[in-house]
Amino acid sequence: MSLTAEPTLFEKTSPGRRGVIPPQENTGLNWRDEVAAELVSEKPPELPELSELEVMRHFVRLSQLNYGIDTTMYPLGSCTMKYNPRINEVTARLPGFARLHPMQSEDTAQGALEMMYHLQNHLAEITGMDGITLQPAAGAQGELTALLMVAAYYRKRGEDQRKVVVVPDSSHGTNPASAALAGFDVVTVPSNANGDVDLEALKPHLNEKLACLMLTNPSTLGLFENGIQTIAKGVHEAGGLLYYDGANMNALLGNARPGDMGFDLVHLNLHKTFSTPHGGGGPGAGPVGARGELVKYLPAPVVDRVDGKFRFFKPENSIGRIRTFWGNFLVLVRAYTYIRYHGPQGLKEVGEGAVLAANYLLSRLKGHYEVAYDRTCMHEFVLTARTSKKEKNVKAMDIAKRLLDYGYYAPTVYFPLIVEEALMIEPTETESLETLNRFADTMLKIAEEDPDLVRSAPHSTPVSRLDEVRAARKPVLRWEEGLS
Amino acid sequence: MNYVPHTAGDRQKMLASIGKQEVSELFDSIPPGARLTRALNLPEQLSEYEVALHLEELASKNMVPSRLSFLGAGAYRHFVPAVVDTIIQRSEFMTAYTPYQPEVSQGTLQSIFEFQTMMCNLTGMDVCNASVYDGGCAAVDAVFMALSISGRHKVVVSEGLHPQTRELLRTYIDTHAGELIEAPLQDGRTVWPELNDEVACTLFQTPNFLGVIEDGAALCARTKEAGAIPVVSVGDPCSLAVLKRPGDFGGEIVVGDAQPIGLPLSYGGPYAGFVACKKQHMRRIPGRLCGMTVDSQGRRGFCLTLQAREQHIRRDKAFSNICTNQGLCALAVTVYLALLGPQGLKEVADASANLAHYFKKQVASLDGYKLVLNQPFFHEVLVECPGSAEALLKTLEGRGIVGGYLVEKDYPQYKNCLLFCFTEANGKAAVDELVNALQHAHRPLEGATRS
Repeated sequence: MSLTAEPTLFEKTSPGRRGVIPPQENTGLNWRDEVAAELVSEKPPELPELSELEVMRHFVRLSQLNYGIDTTMYPLGSCTMKYNPRINEVTARLPGFARLHPMQSEDTAQGALEMMYHLQNHLAEITGMDGITLQPAAGAQGELTALLMVAAYYRKRGEDQRKVVVVPDSSHGTNPASAALAGFDVVTVPSNANGDVDLEALKPHLNEKLACLMLTNPSTLGLFENGIQTIAKGVHEAGGLLYYDGANMNALLGNARPGDMGFDLVHLNLHKTFSTPHGGGGPGAGPVGARGELVKYLPAPVVDRVDGKFRFFKPENSIGRIRTFWGNFLVLVRAYTYIRYHGPQGLKEVGEGAVLAANYLLSRLKGHYEVAYDRTCMHEFVLTARTSKKEKNVKAMDIAKRLLDYGYYAPTVYFPLIVEEALMIEPTETESLETLNRFADTMLKIAEEDPDLVRSAPHSTPVSRLDEVRAARKPVLRWEEGLS
Repeated sequence: MNYVPHTAGDRQKMLASIGKQEVSELFDSIPPGARLTRALNLPEQLSEYEVALHLEELASKNMVPSRLSFLGAGAYRHFVPAVVDTIIQRSEFMTAYTPYQPEVSQGTLQSIFEFQTMMCNLTGMDVCNASVYDGGCAAVDAVFMALSISGRHKVVVSEGLHPQTRELLRTYIDTHAGELIEAPLQDGRTVWPELNDEVACTLFQTPNFLGVIEDGAALCARTKEAGAIPVVSVGDPCSLAVLKRPGDFGGEIVVGDAQPIGLPLSYGGPYAGFVACKKQHMRRIPGRLCGMTVDSQGRRGFCLTLQAREQHIRRDKAFSNICTNQGLCALAVTVYLALLGPQGLKEVADASANLAHYFKKQVASLDGYKLVLNQPFFHEVLVECPGSAEALLKTLEGRGIVGGYLVEKDYPQYKNCLLFCFTEANGKAAVDELVNALQHAHRPLEGATRS
């Protein structure tokens, strides 16, 4: 079957055609008789009209235009695209979870609360934290939650002047965005020649204005932050807090814990480290952990066990509610499932497998591609195409696009920002040696290919490179009559 | 489960290529004090079979709402066709990342474009984003948008807005130096206080938390007279099939949660919040947007666009920090709307509203029960109960009925009142059972004799 474009739903509509018919019942009355006419619309909504099979085919065809982990290796750095076990999908669909109403009484949802209680404890143990909230819907919401806690903590202590959040120049964009959103002033510190935080550059910011330092460890360069203990000591001596961006926690599972490194606050991405599917852009979950006094500031509610019953409660100095209801609950079910069938040993093997696979791939590519920082990496590493760009005019984006032709998803490109022409590769622990070898062979082949061929890639995908400038200049964000 | 596929032989080959003897050497960059030297204190690993049993056991401790559930209050149990779950379990949708490489993500991108289109059509807006975390967070986003567009600082919020969404606003408002002013309901309907030139926006929900259909035209007109932005939160989006759309009555930003149109209750998440707006506010909308364009050969294609608003480009100057959203949930909604079509969605809304109005007639004739509000409503009805509503809920629970929502937690003025919700998934027989149970519930002795 050719993978040419699929018309939109709106081009396939046929007036009067029906898909699925919802249950109907005659109550002998019409509610419209009791409601003023100006509130009611007599015009049916503008939706497409298709048969069930047409809808089914439409979306199956659309799906075929996508790459996913199940179809190909997805070496997207910092995104931890590991295999999503299907048992997670089975447990998340148990009617006793999937059909629960968020407002039903705690007494009638004890199994759900029990699962949440255990998951809180497991994540606390994995990260070395004292308390966990499961509420944040994604990593970025976790970051914002933690920063609101930081603000509330200092307000309570009468240290309102602590307005500065420091981020390294290698940080995720969400870090400064979350800090600014939470009302902090953002200061960026440079990395040193090793890819670690430049301690000398950090020093001037370790003062009475410092609220928090946000660190990803391993960093977005895939490197363990060598100075972590010095940094933690310095931040704490200055009265500040240390925040752990858990995007890269997969590398450390069972081998190291943020709490033991001196971090005070942590967020995790369950859709990365704990294998819940990314879904083409979510849903995820971004639980936040806290140590010591900060536990009292966690958002409401958290789950506790009182006299053998599981209850929601509001921590003493809680920042309040940060989303509706109790978190992306079915994502939590999946992550809990993953933790239970791995156990302590299995999780440690996950982290080790991820680090082994990344270092192996790095060893295969070294010498053919320039490595941004030539050190033992953790779960991912960063290459740079700066020489290739200079000598052959083949950029990181070109290499990424050429990989699509060979049936691989692309690495993360142009991130972290401090590496020119960056290609960030994270194979994850679930790729076999054979797959890693095939991927490495392909990378090596691309390095030798005709630059014109690489620059104009991809050639065999459903569409070629898209005109993103046109998309932004004349935005077409919905279907309208007359479009083609 | 053998999740990591590397055999002992593989590991040796890999280590040899790296130039190490042991996997543990790869972790030598972690300083000794930060290295975990014991096993994690977690329950021992289970087989796939055992883990399924364990989760089944936990799930079985919950009471599963059935057709005898009359609880709404912001999360609604509608019928979801089988095709929806089939599609969202397609590997290529479920195991894909955010569509950063559009050439191999056209499926995700086009479905987002279709989602944006259908949500625009339902709300009467020009632009809709690709989803945000939930309906409450969408309302917070809209308020931030309005603060930033208007340069004003006051936000007037109706008491008819979901109580949890009002809680969210209280959590977040300080970060934008905004001031919240709550407008109390009068007989269940929103009445704005005096609005002046300090007001950035007003925010009301329709149908509101108590089920009442607001006079959106009047509320929006008053808002615009003050030069403020009317923000409308949609109660249950299926109502958009039969009620005037926010775009028709003057709304400029429309938010809501699309859970009722395609997603199971899921104990509160994951759902799909959305933010839609009129064209003039387009460049201030948070979250992903998908646009239609052409490829290098002139063929139609889709890509993420207007990314200059977003955190990965703008960092601390971004309008929002959102990255991962609720993509797969938005896909479920897209499939649902395509399956139901205009007639189907209208039937869902009509059936729900008709059952609610049928219930109203029945309950009004019961001894001791009183309708609290004298206002037009959609599919939720506020009823004052004889005696303790909390005790009544317990009694109903004993009969397998998930009764209404106890509103006095959030609205102390409505003591012993329950908010009952009706959808096409209840059916008339269930409503009759509820009415029967209500009739006898407050007379436990008689009820006991009868059963």
